[in-house]
Amino acid sequence: MLKNSFRLNDLLMTIIVWLSAALVVGAFLWLLSDLTLHGIAKLNWSFLVSAPENAGRDGGIGPILVSTLLILGVALLATIPLGLGTAVYLSEFTSGASARSIRMSLNVLAGVPSIVFGLFGNALFCIWLGLGFSILSGGLTLACMMLPIFIRSTEAGLSAVATEWRHGAAALGLTQAAALWHVLLPAAAPAIIAGLMLSIGRALAETAALIFTSGYVDRMPDSLSDSGRALSVHIYDLSMNVTGGDQSAYGSALVLIILLVVINNVAASLANRFLSQRITSS
Amino acid sequence: MIWSRHSISSPSRADATLARITGGIALAVVILLGLVLMLLVRESWPVLVDGGWTRFFVGDGWFPSSGQFNLLAMLWATLAASLGALFVAVPLGVLSAVFSRFYSPSWLIMPLRRVMVLLAGIPSVVYGLWGLTVLVPLIANWEPPGASLLSAILILALMILPTVALTSEAALAAVATSHLQGAAALGLSRTGIVLGVALPAARVGILTGALLAAMRALGETMAVLMVAGNVVQTPSSLFDPVRVLTANIALEMPYAAGDHRAALFASGLLLMLIVTVLAWLAGRIGTHSNA
Repeated sequence: MLKNSFRLNDLLMTIIVWLSAALVVGAFLWLLSDLTLHGIAKLNWSFLVSAPENAGRDGGIGPILVSTLLILGVALLATIPLGLGTAVYLSEFTSGASARSIRMSLNVLAGVPSIVFGLFGNALFCIWLGLGFSILSGGLTLACMMLPIFIRSTEAGLSAVATEWRHGAAALGLTQAAALWHVLLPAAAPAIIAGLMLSIGRALAETAALIFTSGYVDRMPDSLSDSGRALSVHIYDLSMNVTGGDQSAYGSALVLIILLVVINNVAASLANRFLSQRITSS
Repeated sequence: MIWSRHSISSPSRADATLARITGGIALAVVILLGLVLMLLVRESWPVLVDGGWTRFFVGDGWFPSSGQFNLLAMLWATLAASLGALFVAVPLGVLSAVFSRFYSPSWLIMPLRRVMVLLAGIPSVVYGLWGLTVLVPLIANWEPPGASLLSAILILALMILPTVALTSEAALAAVATSHLQGAAALGLSRTGIVLGVALPAARVGILTGALLAAMRALGETMAVLMVAGNVVQTPSSLFDPVRVLTANIALEMPYAAGDHRAALFASGLLLMLIVTVLAWLAGRIGTHSNA
């Protein structure tokens, strides 16, 4: 009797667990197959390079890809030096109260909703600094969002390097700067690149923060102070404001996802190569 | 680390310079981040001093052109959508984590995790697009208009599921093997091990993951904006179209001016406050478990 009820419980639990896993996987396969099936029809070379026509229903996404990459470039140019500097300071030069308060403000920032960053970017970059709706404003707003993620993983990577390596470097007479450049940063490279990858993923996926900072204009940008439409904003605009834009929206969504997957893989392999070269050859 | 206390007296001038430069950069980052809060307060100041903060919670409703800035209906919609999404996503996410830890055939574990990581990175606007073109018409067939609280809940649940599943799986993986072996040696069935040992031992990690997911759901803009219908009203059923706080900012910011714009900044401030409380809570839970 007892044994039977045990078996029944086990069976019930097994069924529930398998069913929920199947439900989750099924829902996601549904989503991914829809994206691929609707998007693949649009996907060809001319879609990638030509300009959008008829409010995006026809034509391609050439200028939008360029704007997206420019916004990302601006964001990375601001994020990498600021993030590396802060992470090095946090892990090598400070401890106690100041480190705690820096970390706390970063934690708060990591949780701020992206639309709030949109408001902030609009107030600070577009209006206060007079940059207007521009690629520069959008990129700098994204940089503010990427900083907490990038600093956190870079600092974690630096802190994970064994203390013996620092001792060893010091015993060999290396200055701290030299030890950072030749030992610590290369050893932390995988974590740094992983953090960069995460930040790029978040930046490419971002829509809400860009609507009021880099704007809607879908022409090819002439300079960084031009407004430029990011890929995610393009998807939003096509599906919400353009009737009959769904096909192009799915095409753009597929391009965006492929871009994200490619960046992830490239960054992962770069991290591996960089690490093996620097550590083994020196 | 090892130099942290000696850096100032380090014999190398280069090191002192490096410390000063990186310290300056860190300070700049903190200042930049302090600016976020400062600017939000500054921009919403006109509305905050004129009528006080209570005007956001009393009054006829959200009629910005006549100076009525009652956010309550949208606040309820935000909370209903987020709680509903958690209600769907947390059990499913935890169960799928249990699946990959205890039930899954071993060849399935890695592909499953890859899919989850991929999904965690899919842009919210893509979830919104799919919800708008697939989910909303489906719900509309059943109970018009389709764009509703229900579709917002389902899309949000789908978005936060990977977060819940991945954090729960990490929490379950951190349960000491000796606990599980001990439970098995005592003759507990697999169900007994999962429900009696593994899940209780991993509860802090699972709870922290759920709080992270809640933060993501509360702050999400695009996906909800695209599927929720965006009518300002207190939801009375799952099929009511609703407008959440984040969507309201995105919809009205392009043409808002004066007090209206200030009120939108104030609602951004409110969102930041809610999310900060949740982050603080998650931090507290984390430190308590260590103690």
